[in-house]
Amino acid sequence: MGSYILRRFGLALVTLWLLSMIVFFAGQVLPGDPGRSILGPLAAQRAVLNLDHQLGVDRPILTQYWTWITGLVRGNMGLSYQFRSPVEPFIHAALVNSAKLAALAFIIVVPLGILGGVVAALNVGRLSDRVISITGLSAATVPEFVSGIVVIVIFGVELKLLPVSASAGSGASALTQLDHLILPAIPLVLVLFGYIARMARAGTIEALESDYARTATLKGLSRSVVIRRHILRNSLLPTITVVATQTGYLIGGLVVVETLFNYQGIGKLIFQAAQGKDFPMLEAGVLTIGIVYMVATLIADVIYTLLNPRLRLGSAG
Amino acid sequence: MTDIAATPAAAVAVAHAPSRGVSAPWRLLLRKPTFIAGAVILLFWIACALFGSVIAPHDPFVQQLLATNAAPSRAHLFGTDQLGRDVLSRVVVGARDILFITPLATLLGTVLGTALGLAMGYLGGAIDILVGRVVEAVLALPVVIVAFLFIVALGPSTLTLIVVIGFIFTPLIARTVRSAVLVESQLDYLSSARLLGEKSAHIMFVEILPNVVPAILVEFTVRLGYAVFAVATLSFLGFGIQPPTPDWGSDIAANFGVLPAGYWWETVFPALAIASLVVGVNLVTDSIEQVLAS
Amino acid sequence: MTAADITAAPGNTGGTGHTLTVEHMDVTYRVRGQDRTVLRDISFHIGRSESYGLVGESGSGKSTVALALTRYLPRNGRVSSGAISINGIDPLALGEASLRDLRARTVSMVYQEPGRALNPSIKVGHQVAEVYEIAGLGRRSALERAEAMLAKVQISDPGRVMDRYPHQLSGGMAQRAVIAMALAAEPSLLILDEPTTALDATVEAEVLDLVAALREEFDTSVLFISHNLAVIAKMCDRVGVLYAGELIEEGIAREVFDQPRHPYTVGLLRCIPRRGQRKDHGRLDTIPGFLPPAGQLLSECIFTARCPIAEERCRIAAPPAFVISPTRSSRCYLHEQTPDLPRNTPVDVELPDLRDAAEPIVRVASLSKTFVSRGETVKALVGVNLILERGETLGLVGESGSGKTTLARALLGLITADEGSIVELEGQRLGGDARRRPRDQLKALQIVFQNPDSALNRRHTVRRLISRPLSRLAGLSGARLRERLAELVRSVRMEERHLALRPSQLSGGLKQRVAIARAFGGGPRIVVCDEPTSALDVSVQAAILNLLVDLQVKEQVTYLFISHDLGLVRYLSDRIAVLYLGRVMEIGPAETVFAGPHHPYTEALLSAVPSLDGQQATRIRLQGEIPSAADPPTGCVFHTRCPRRLPTGVCESTEPPLLEVAPGHLMSCHIPIDELQSLQRTGLAP
Repeated sequence: MGSYILRRFGLALVTLWLLSMIVFFAGQVLPGDPGRSILGPLAAQRAVLNLDHQLGVDRPILTQYWTWITGLVRGNMGLSYQFRSPVEPFIHAALVNSAKLAALAFIIVVPLGILGGVVAALNVGRLSDRVISITGLSAATVPEFVSGIVVIVIFGVELKLLPVSASAGSGASALTQLDHLILPAIPLVLVLFGYIARMARAGTIEALESDYARTATLKGLSRSVVIRRHILRNSLLPTITVVATQTGYLIGGLVVVETLFNYQGIGKLIFQAAQGKDFPMLEAGVLTIGIVYMVATLIADVIYTLLNPRLRLGSAG
Repeated sequence: MTDIAATPAAAVAVAHAPSRGVSAPWRLLLRKPTFIAGAVILLFWIACALFGSVIAPHDPFVQQLLATNAAPSRAHLFGTDQLGRDVLSRVVVGARDILFITPLATLLGTVLGTALGLAMGYLGGAIDILVGRVVEAVLALPVVIVAFLFIVALGPSTLTLIVVIGFIFTPLIARTVRSAVLVESQLDYLSSARLLGEKSAHIMFVEILPNVVPAILVEFTVRLGYAVFAVATLSFLGFGIQPPTPDWGSDIAANFGVLPAGYWWETVFPALAIASLVVGVNLVTDSIEQVLAS
Repeated sequence: MTAADITAAPGNTGGTGHTLTVEHMDVTYRVRGQDRTVLRDISFHIGRSESYGLVGESGSGKSTVALALTRYLPRNGRVSSGAISINGIDPLALGEASLRDLRARTVSMVYQEPGRALNPSIKVGHQVAEVYEIAGLGRRSALERAEAMLAKVQISDPGRVMDRYPHQLSGGMAQRAVIAMALAAEPSLLILDEPTTALDATVEAEVLDLVAALREEFDTSVLFISHNLAVIAKMCDRVGVLYAGELIEEGIAREVFDQPRHPYTVGLLRCIPRRGQRKDHGRLDTIPGFLPPAGQLLSECIFTARCPIAEERCRIAAPPAFVISPTRSSRCYLHEQTPDLPRNTPVDVELPDLRDAAEPIVRVASLSKTFVSRGETVKALVGVNLILERGETLGLVGESGSGKTTLARALLGLITADEGSIVELEGQRLGGDARRRPRDQLKALQIVFQNPDSALNRRHTVRRLISRPLSRLAGLSGARLRERLAELVRSVRMEERHLALRPSQLSGGLKQRVAIARAFGGGPRIVVCDEPTSALDVSVQAAILNLLVDLQVKEQVTYLFISHDLGLVRYLSDRIAVLYLGRVMEIGPAETVFAGPHHPYTEALLSAVPSLDGQQATRIRLQGEIPSAADPPTGCVFHTRCPRRLPTGVCESTEPPLLEVAPGHLMSCHIPIDELQSLQRTGLAP
């Protein structure tokens, strides 16, 4: 098993490296001149060239990539065009903010999604199943800004129950911060609910139809014991992996939600960098997301392996 | 059947085999209320996309500076926006670009993804490993963010949107097709084909492809939902369809600022339009999946 | 009925003295808003400590009986009329709690796939202990009892197995654990639904012995459900034959199998090669036609359409169950005529001997195949030498992991054999990969796979499937292709109208005929038949076997016939090769291999197979499981299980060579042939 995790880790590194290439070279497709776009049209050509040289963008592209990637490995993500200062502090602060929002969304959605999926599976084909399934599916594909607007209109504008801005201001208490994060979390919860519920439902249905479920029932166990002891253990394992792969989508959602609710997270940072054509910032942000995703799926894989005896122990004839 | 003794076993050929014609799945689909509901929604928006300017009560571009931010009334059922444009007309005409871009982008991704997936699944080897890693890498990023990267670089246009979304979908669809192909690879009919001396291309496209079409069809509809999601989101963020072209996402972005002031109709109606389109696509997807699974 | 009543129940058998009584039971499924009755008017009983067999082909409804008895029918199914009584209790009338109690104490069930019957994420010990916990024992004593129970099912190291997860057990071991779980509560009724169908012959024999012994010990009544008539004959006191949802015949097992009194039972028994029957002795009889669709309402006898002696009255009203003797009944008006039932397929057969031993058509020398997966090296084939004589049928016998399918695939070039392996066709070296073989080599070697659902592309029509080899390999087109196509279709006894259909529209037997037609389309010289009938019902199997025999003569081909069923191999083969862990143990003329002296492994295989024709004279049993090919035993690979292992230690240290012990009869064993002969002769004595 140890070798499996090592192998898995090695593959993640390869993927990350590929990702860095995609991210970097996509940035290089940009026509135009970073120095010019920073200094504006009125700056003197010499100043522009000077800046270009300072930024290193006048060097061959492979050299640039090498400088960038070696810098990254040493923790140096480069200089922001917009702010003319190192990228890391921005990324760091934004990541912390986003983590708060994402954590809240996950804490709400994981139990809810699993519950919804299991309830639907236990009533498969009945009305409650259809309602949960179709609501989940629709919620999962309605863009976050759409559900975000509905939420703002209902809770923020009409009912005035919750603040519509996610930032609580500096020095706000944890509770106030939470208050501000609830509305932004709802669109994220809606999107994730569908995925998690769908997976939990499929896993539970499969387990319910299995021979071992029949064995357990025919032993004389009550339905609730069968479900608790025999079904859930097997049906929820695959859900762990899904939760992890949803990290990627979650961050996609953050871009929109953070913009919508004006919250200084990684999503908004990337959005602003894209608007300002601030490539070092954009590249660093995107790569950070990739790393977060890789780490999340890696952890999920390890947990899955640890919980699944088939993978943990291998087969011994 | 008195002559049974004379004609051995195969005499009563299809006696009990279910007669499943080509149209059977269609009939099953049409019996599903979810499919009907989804199809009606889709057809409505397709009609708007095709004949929007005829259906719309007003010109979606005309600004009435004296009637800005007007609440829904008999003259303007959905009210007017900050520039005094009729929201209903903009919603109706706004269907056009998104319904043009999303199917084409999905189709592009499906065609490329299918070819790639077939090659990965059947030929295996280096192609499989290499593309597999690229897929992993792309998966690590949300579609919207990958799209950002490229659209910022290439500049937003309809063509850019189609190509970028199609390319992002390609590895994702390839992955689905690949796993469907791997299931087929376990089956003996491929061995039979090899024993008939069939070429790899024949085996991939004539033997395997027809068997993975259902999986591809489901994947197409699922991706279509994502494409709507992505295009709407990109437009909202200003990287998709550009103003003043009527578009749900960019109209929401344009009028979002006045939402706290209580002018909800300018954002809520386009939002509902997006939601209904997405729900329509998903109802259809869900029923197709169910029919194919049964 | 309360739980207390049930606990009192074991002594009270409801007045009848039977453990199980089923009276006029109908089971109905609701499918797309319509009721379909899949079991009709089922009545039978099982006495105290009696073993009752329920035999039937697929679609007969035999598993539904078990589900109905345990009230585990799917949500759309119900017992729509009739009565069930288990120890005097009607399970249909019970509330939730009493039903749980009935399942916990009175009825247990074991089914086909032992691996799936166990929860993959709970240790085996805990799963067995759970039964005792339900009975009210504490955790620790439940675990102790579970370990004792595992010892009772002859698991040699129960302490270790307790801590294992199901995937770490072999099939036979897992089935023992399931049986332990089923018997833990000492139920009055044990239902076994195809308990050994997924197991290898030698393991099956052990498990069946175990079930028989435990039945004695626990004094349990058994309902044994199987498609295998020989297994039922071996295990059961009485038997009921199920056909299309009706119990058409019932009686003492020996009597039913010796003197069947329903045309279906007669036909079924005639489909199986028995008493050493061989292809040159005559054709197998067949049952024409198909099972009526499930749940169809028929006013006539359900077997009329396929019955060779059906009369007017059979079509007017369904026959009741006629009581023939106190122990026999049959649902046939004409039950007195069944001994003289006319054959559906004429017996006469004139088989010219096509064999030509002068020059082998295929020669395989030092054929090895090593698979590497996840760092494990598995030697599926190790230095196999054999020849195929022109026009013969070589039977290839072996259990799972013996390498028989690997051998076939290597021969065909579907997998590439290891370096140094030699496969020759008429003296010409064959390429390792089919994709690189020239057309005439491809044409020469074809295969009929085990499972036609997998072997036929489900998106292609029958016409396309059969035409393809005609155009690709035989090089035909236009009118000549159409002519040959029609001829092929006729020779596999199909009809023109089948050509437009797709595989999903055909029955299992017809699909296999399409696969056979395809294999013969290119004009092959050698056809590999890889378990061609094991996915089919007995009644369909016979027709396919007859067809293969006819085609061999007509098309002048050589067969490599792979099967785990010794009866079939004996019926069809001229010579037989026995494989074990990728090595040839014995090879020789079919009758010599069957008559003996045999290799000890062949001997064990022969004694493992239950027979319809009374008790076998000799029984040697193998201990333990088939070793993994990834870690084969030293010396003779069979020594770990060999009951005749020599005390000198040579079997453990040296691999015996494959030597000719009689003309054409080769064996790989350290025991001299004379000694084997005398050992096996004394073993033969009853």
